[in-house]
Amino acid sequence: MEYKDYYGIMGVARDATQDEIKRTYRKLARKYHPDVSKEADAEARFKEVGEAYEVLKDPEKRAAYDQLGKQWKPGQEFHPPPDWDAGFEFRGGGYTAGDAGVHSDFFEELFGRGFTGASGTRGRRAFRMRGDDHHAKVLIDLEDSFSGATRSISLRVPELTEDGHVTTRERTLSVRIPKGIRQGQQIRLAGQGGRGLGGGEPGDLYLEVEFTEHPLYRVDGADIYLDLPVAPWEAALGANVKVPTPAGNIDLKIPANSRQGRKLRLKGRGLTGKQPGDLYVVLQVSLPPADSDAARSLYKQMQDQLGFNPRASMGVS
Amino acid sequence: MVEKESSAPVVEVIDEQTTFTLAELCRCCAVEAELIEAMVEHGILEPSGRHGRHWYFPASSLRRTRITLHLQRDLGVNLAGAALALDLLERIDELDARLRALSR
Repeated sequence: MEYKDYYGIMGVARDATQDEIKRTYRKLARKYHPDVSKEADAEARFKEVGEAYEVLKDPEKRAAYDQLGKQWKPGQEFHPPPDWDAGFEFRGGGYTAGDAGVHSDFFEELFGRGFTGASGTRGRRAFRMRGDDHHAKVLIDLEDSFSGATRSISLRVPELTEDGHVTTRERTLSVRIPKGIRQGQQIRLAGQGGRGLGGGEPGDLYLEVEFTEHPLYRVDGADIYLDLPVAPWEAALGANVKVPTPAGNIDLKIPANSRQGRKLRLKGRGLTGKQPGDLYVVLQVSLPPADSDAARSLYKQMQDQLGFNPRASMGVS
Repeated sequence: MVEKESSAPVVEVIDEQTTFTLAELCRCCAVEAELIEAMVEHGILEPSGRHGRHWYFPASSLRRTRITLHLQRDLGVNLAGAALALDLLERIDELDARLRALSR
């Protein structure tokens, strides 16, 4: 078990007042809230900060934590000394069975057991209750939406055991990603959520789909955008070129006199589905480098013979 | 304890055509109907159809309800604040998408 430096996690001094701790927590909670934050590790940080606050906001837990001493380093192998909590009375302080599984082993060892043990009788319920619906995110590649895919996802599920204790169970689920799935859509897995109580039926599992950033394609709803580099003569004279699409290479005819940034729409080549999206190929004219005498003389020839002023619309030459 | 499930469970896609009744939305987000009604009053959710049992909620309601619940629980935001946060988050997503498109 690794030692957690709750003061370090929250960035407060060991002698910070309860008010300071509360203020700091509120600030950090806003900063790392997973629904709001754009930070990469927001969810992990939010949980970590929440756990630290859970301990530091409660004077009793804080005092117990403090007396473990300052000699510990974050991540250091840690075992609580015997009777470390003698004389402290954890009254729960907002820690509920529903929160189990979101806290670290360190927290569970120090503050978890006593409390859940005390509330053990709550576990035996006489009524039937449908299990909770669970929600999670799943990251897939754009190509997976075209071909369909199977993703193995791991979930940590807090569960109430028969005698009222809380344990976390790791579940690995193999999920078929249906073709045509889009960013932000959800997949429902009936009966794969939380277990029902007293013989109640289980809840459902909802997975929100997110696409990983693709090096070539950009997705907007059902439509896909691809920036396609073309040579100046291909844009000017027209050409037949090969174009990569998520479903494989296709032949594309570039019309003559195409300008930089021209969008070519390939109807129905976007994401599949009842209403398939379109693939937009955006032409990016790429200039050949003038790195040889031959190239320079060709550019010079264009300069002399084309009489082209790219800034004509600005009234300057 | 690791549990392997051999057969892949049945999946169902919730797309733009999927709608939820009031009861389904309540069940799925584990909330009371009163809270959903209050969220409708604050414009957080926009169901089609007549009030109450005849309401149909678009698929996006699921996400909006859950974010509202999280903001309430974690940050003490009230419904008016959540409505504002959701609008701003949507705007940020749009701008982010546009920015990504421009900076490629």
